[in-house]
Amino acid sequence: MRKTTRKMWAAAAGVTGIALLATACSSGGSTTPAASAKSTTAASTEKITLKVATFNEFGYDDPAGSLYDAYTKLHPNVTIEPVKAATSNEARDNMNTKLAAGSGLADIEAIEVDWLPELLQYPDKFVDLTSDDTKGRWLKWKTDQATSPDGKLIGYGTDVGPEGIAYRADLFKAAGLPTDRAEVAKLFGGKDATWDKYFEVGKQFTAKGTGVPFFDSAGATYQGMINQVKAAYEDPSSHKIIATDNADVKKIYGQVLKAAVDDKLSANLGQWSPDWTASFQKNGFATMLAPGWMLGVIEGNAKGVTGWDIADVFPGGGGNWGGSFLTVPVQGAHPEEAKALAAWLTAPEQQIKAFTYKGTFPSQVAALKSPDLLGVTKPFFNNAPTGQLLANRANAVTVAPYKGPNYFAVNDAMQQALARVDVDKTDTADASWAKFTDAVKALG
Amino acid sequence: MATSTTNLDSPPVRKTDRDPRRVGLRQKLGRWDVKLSPYLYISPFFILFAVVGLFPLAYTAYVSMHQWHLIGGEGKFVGLDNFTFVLQQANFWRALRNTFSIFLLSSVPQIIIAILLAAVLDANLRARSFWRMGVLLPYVVAPVAVSLIFSKLFGDQSGMINALLNKIGLDSIRWHADVLSSHLAIATMVNFRWIGYNTLIFLAAMQAVPRDLYEAAILDGAARLRQFTSITVPMLRPTIIFVVVTSTIGGLQIFDEPRMYDQFGQGGSDRQWLTVTMYLYELGWGSQKSFGRAAAVAWILFLIIVAVGIINFSITRRISTDSAPKSGRKAKR
Repeated sequence: MRKTTRKMWAAAAGVTGIALLATACSSGGSTTPAASAKSTTAASTEKITLKVATFNEFGYDDPAGSLYDAYTKLHPNVTIEPVKAATSNEARDNMNTKLAAGSGLADIEAIEVDWLPELLQYPDKFVDLTSDDTKGRWLKWKTDQATSPDGKLIGYGTDVGPEGIAYRADLFKAAGLPTDRAEVAKLFGGKDATWDKYFEVGKQFTAKGTGVPFFDSAGATYQGMINQVKAAYEDPSSHKIIATDNADVKKIYGQVLKAAVDDKLSANLGQWSPDWTASFQKNGFATMLAPGWMLGVIEGNAKGVTGWDIADVFPGGGGNWGGSFLTVPVQGAHPEEAKALAAWLTAPEQQIKAFTYKGTFPSQVAALKSPDLLGVTKPFFNNAPTGQLLANRANAVTVAPYKGPNYFAVNDAMQQALARVDVDKTDTADASWAKFTDAVKALG
Repeated sequence: MATSTTNLDSPPVRKTDRDPRRVGLRQKLGRWDVKLSPYLYISPFFILFAVVGLFPLAYTAYVSMHQWHLIGGEGKFVGLDNFTFVLQQANFWRALRNTFSIFLLSSVPQIIIAILLAAVLDANLRARSFWRMGVLLPYVVAPVAVSLIFSKLFGDQSGMINALLNKIGLDSIRWHADVLSSHLAIATMVNFRWIGYNTLIFLAAMQAVPRDLYEAAILDGAARLRQFTSITVPMLRPTIIFVVVTSTIGGLQIFDEPRMYDQFGQGGSDRQWLTVTMYLYELGWGSQKSFGRAAAVAWILFLIIVAVGIINFSITRRISTDSAPKSGRKAKR
């Protein structure tokens, strides 16, 4: 025993020695960029590498014509190294960890609007991206989201998420419902579509006994509903958390769980789970709320499945789900070059290309009117005119929900509350709400 | 040593004023050499240990007494508030329950299977090295990759294991919803990775057992099983203690496998498989971003590991002294 412990200590010492060396290297690495940053800004021909970190699908890496390659062609001195996280949560963890550590972030980091408010509390950690070239490029509410109280712009807008309803025409047909996208829009109530109507159609659909659930997940449906509430979780003026006292939140919670569990409309899948991904291949569900960026996800997961279409309608008025930004953290080595690349990537022309590849709907004013965008159709969705359709959906958006520093955390707790009832069935709706209340209290 | 004694013996009368001083210096240096050098030689380890072991420990204690934001940094001193907050959280106790449950479900079968496997590998097999390397293969696979593969196998609706269960007429197991099922699934991943590693440690110890003991046992007519229980296992005791202690430390710090078990990495919607280290991570890097509370959890976990380590150590040692009184007495003398 004594021998083994001594060996262990020796091994531990060796390992720690190596670790010490490693940390010494990495900390050394982080100090140099700050020093060299100023010198590289002037010389634009110097060979540099820029890391671009995104998540999910930003549509920049189309194999048929990568935007990164296009930029490299314009700027031969720049090498772009893309990094891709699987989920927005993962990107957020990475951002927080490395922001705290003071090093390790990519030169350009993509962030999502849901956790943007957390980062807006620390505008000093990001390069101010305000510039005359990009002034007025985005929808005003999009730019406002990423502007700090003292007027610093920390992110260039990439996409927004105007939502339509994606549906399986073949499954609708089997249940005796209309299949044409204009008729389906009318079925849900057209301009006056409401959530009650949506769930009503769901009951009609499941009553036909095809055995296919109506929508994928209570959590995903909830997401569409809560994004229509002006101030769901926090008071816009006092920033206090009001989620557990807000009657709207409680009402939507009850409504979506009644439809999902009591009326059995849900496929009981956690969105983004392996089960959810796999269900696209086997008639898992008939409809889902689909923001522009979701179209790329559906197409990828449902490869080889025919029948997907998208209707120009959304319950309860228009809806926006998500949307992202590109930021330039100050800890990067080449802030000026990174800013230039971020500005180029978020220019209308590039965002339209990203849209045609992955369906990330542009947030740029010019792009929304561009014939290049309005003419876009998606063969996978039965040649739906997704450009025009999503532009209509974007125009239908009336509410820009307030999202404060605790939005992400509260919404996360809510999603788990819904999953407990819908997916795991470990709790009743009331018991799960009580746990949600506790979780929100712990945030304070 | 030799030089210092001759210097002492030499008569001081004929020396000038400078000489005794020089001798004194040399003497001093010599004495220092004798007294300090050993410490100097072992100091690199202790300096390293202080820097990367003691200092973080003390600093974590310091952080745990403050309000401390992940990005915002140090706040005001709050004493033991962080500890009381953590101890009042239902999720902390749930995490503790899960951690011990996963630890027991993984470590116990792991050590038993590893000993048995090692005994098999210790026998005269054809292509011995092949089998021995084979058991270590899973250890080479990155834990995250293991988790990704296993979380697909353990899918609730589309997983392969449930599909097989359905084929033979059994009901699906809700791997991500039930507490015990999720622990079993995670323990399976841990065992997959660590059984081979522990097997090799046991195998190495088994090969150090003198072969004449077995020959004597065979002459006495002991069967294979009897040889295993009366010779192999008793001779393995120091190794078992080592493996038990290391797997206690590792098991109570389990993080990778449960974190990668679903797409969110938060231990399930009802925290079915949240472990203490995941809870620590959630406090520090999750929605609260409170390093103070995370540090408090780190210290509580440290104390728990020390306590469990001591308990395990004393239990395993008692077993060995009880059933092998001779060696115990020898050690005392």
